[in-house]
Amino acid sequence: MAITREDVLHVAALARLEIPEGEVEGVREQLGAILEAVGKVSELDLADVEPTSHPLDLVNQWAEDEPRPSLPREEALANAPDPADGSFRVPAVGG
Amino acid sequence: MNGWEPVIGLEIHVQLKTRTKMFCRCENVWGEEPNTRTCPVCLAHPGTLPVPNKTAIEWTVKLGLALDCEIAERALFHRKNYFYPDLPKGYQISQYDVPLCSEGRFVVPGPDGDREIGIVRAHLEEDAAKTIHVGGAAGRIHGAEYSLVDFNRGGTPLVEIVAKPDVRSGEEARRFLQLLRQTVIELDISDAEMEKGSLRCDANVSVRKAGEEGYRTKTELKNMNSFKFVADGIAVEVERQIARYQAGEEVMQQTLHFDPQTGTIAPLRSKEEAHDYRYFPEPDLVAVAPPADMVERARAEIGELPAARIRRLEAEVDLDLAYGLVTSGRDALYARVPGDDRRAVANVLMNQLAAAGVDPAAVDGAELGRLVAARETIPRQTFLDALGASADPDFTADPYLAETTVSDAAALDPVIDGILAANPGQVEAYRGGKEGLLGFFVGQVMKETQGKADARVVNERLREKLNA
Repeated sequence: MAITREDVLHVAALARLEIPEGEVEGVREQLGAILEAVGKVSELDLADVEPTSHPLDLVNQWAEDEPRPSLPREEALANAPDPADGSFRVPAVGG
Repeated sequence: MNGWEPVIGLEIHVQLKTRTKMFCRCENVWGEEPNTRTCPVCLAHPGTLPVPNKTAIEWTVKLGLALDCEIAERALFHRKNYFYPDLPKGYQISQYDVPLCSEGRFVVPGPDGDREIGIVRAHLEEDAAKTIHVGGAAGRIHGAEYSLVDFNRGGTPLVEIVAKPDVRSGEEARRFLQLLRQTVIELDISDAEMEKGSLRCDANVSVRKAGEEGYRTKTELKNMNSFKFVADGIAVEVERQIARYQAGEEVMQQTLHFDPQTGTIAPLRSKEEAHDYRYFPEPDLVAVAPPADMVERARAEIGELPAARIRRLEAEVDLDLAYGLVTSGRDALYARVPGDDRRAVANVLMNQLAAAGVDPAAVDGAELGRLVAARETIPRQTFLDALGASADPDFTADPYLAETTVSDAAALDPVIDGILAANPGQVEAYRGGKEGLLGFFVGQVMKETQGKADARVVNERLREKLNA
């Protein structure tokens, strides 16, 4: 499956990545090679094989609804670059 | 509508009231100090792993069964990728092509009989954090200086219910929502309060010519936070779209915000260039296969659904009263109150008793029945006082029933004569044409008799004497 220049720019925009103009073609080639390698799988006849959503053959790994202590607020905010009013302050979004 | 048919698809989010969050064991609470219920998992610190809440899964199964859905034998969680400050991982754990519940239906009794609204799916996901926009007008995004993020809500179990576009009016949307709300309350899985955001509704709205196949362009009305706004917002949007088509214009696909204060609709700024969420199976979670005992336990906890009770009650009272009783949870008391005049019982429950702020569950139905039966022969204030006391543990109607209304004209005439004699100015004004003063005289008689006079007789006697 061929990757186009537009595909690269679209995926980069969704991932908030800025790819310098001179590198777009290189990224396009690399992504194309990865897809081509993965695409090898589609050469096999897999009609009778169940899709795999997880490598472990397990279901229902869950926990009971019992509370455990949360972090103290100072600790929760310790890595926040700009805390204010007990909250994570962020630049105005979408405004 | 002159030949136009509204086509409305509702999407409803219900926050589950589990003790803990969906993928970590932080307490799931509302109204606490910001960022006091967080941990490395719900703050998306590197290296942390989600662990699903078993109760949230069981409750979603229970809701799915109540919506007559098929329960997946093997459901998956997926990642829904987008960037926003309320979503620290950069993705929301949600469900995609194999949700827990799918292909259901929900019956909504209406004036023209039962309407069956299809349910596409009900899936389980995690809620985003709460964002407060500071510095803009009234907390709106537009013009805000900065935003404060509170992660207490981040990770709350959230069920998204997607209905088929089977709803045909704003009023029907309101009934659907009221019934759905009452259903989740009775299933005991959510407090479903729209003003708190634990029940949220978006509506996809389009219109088409009656008899037309297929659908026209739809718009999305976001986050209407009361039943009335849902009904009003949809009605306004339907009118707008019909007007555009009639003027030969097109309807643009967009997301809209309904302003209940002005009754107008305005486009929201779009959040993403295009919705491209790149769903893929959540590699940190294995599949969910609801065990048979979990499904059967959930099924056993479902009682008679609100829609069935509304249909039964509609035979005794009208549709609106039946909705009122059932969606306020007052129908259980209604069933305990004896009396031949069922509409009177329903009206008292929905009006005076509701206004008195009495807990219906604590009321003795038999005693209330005696009061309702006597409501026209005891003074109005006495009746209201009795209702106010009706939830007291040792309440009995007897002392209130002993206070009968004075309706004997012979007893009232001297009082009325006295009032008229004491207010010659008002009497002259009334006779000069100011008939609105009748209320003043009635009030004086009531005051004189401590509210025990029969208002109907007082009115009659006053008119007769004043017009003499």
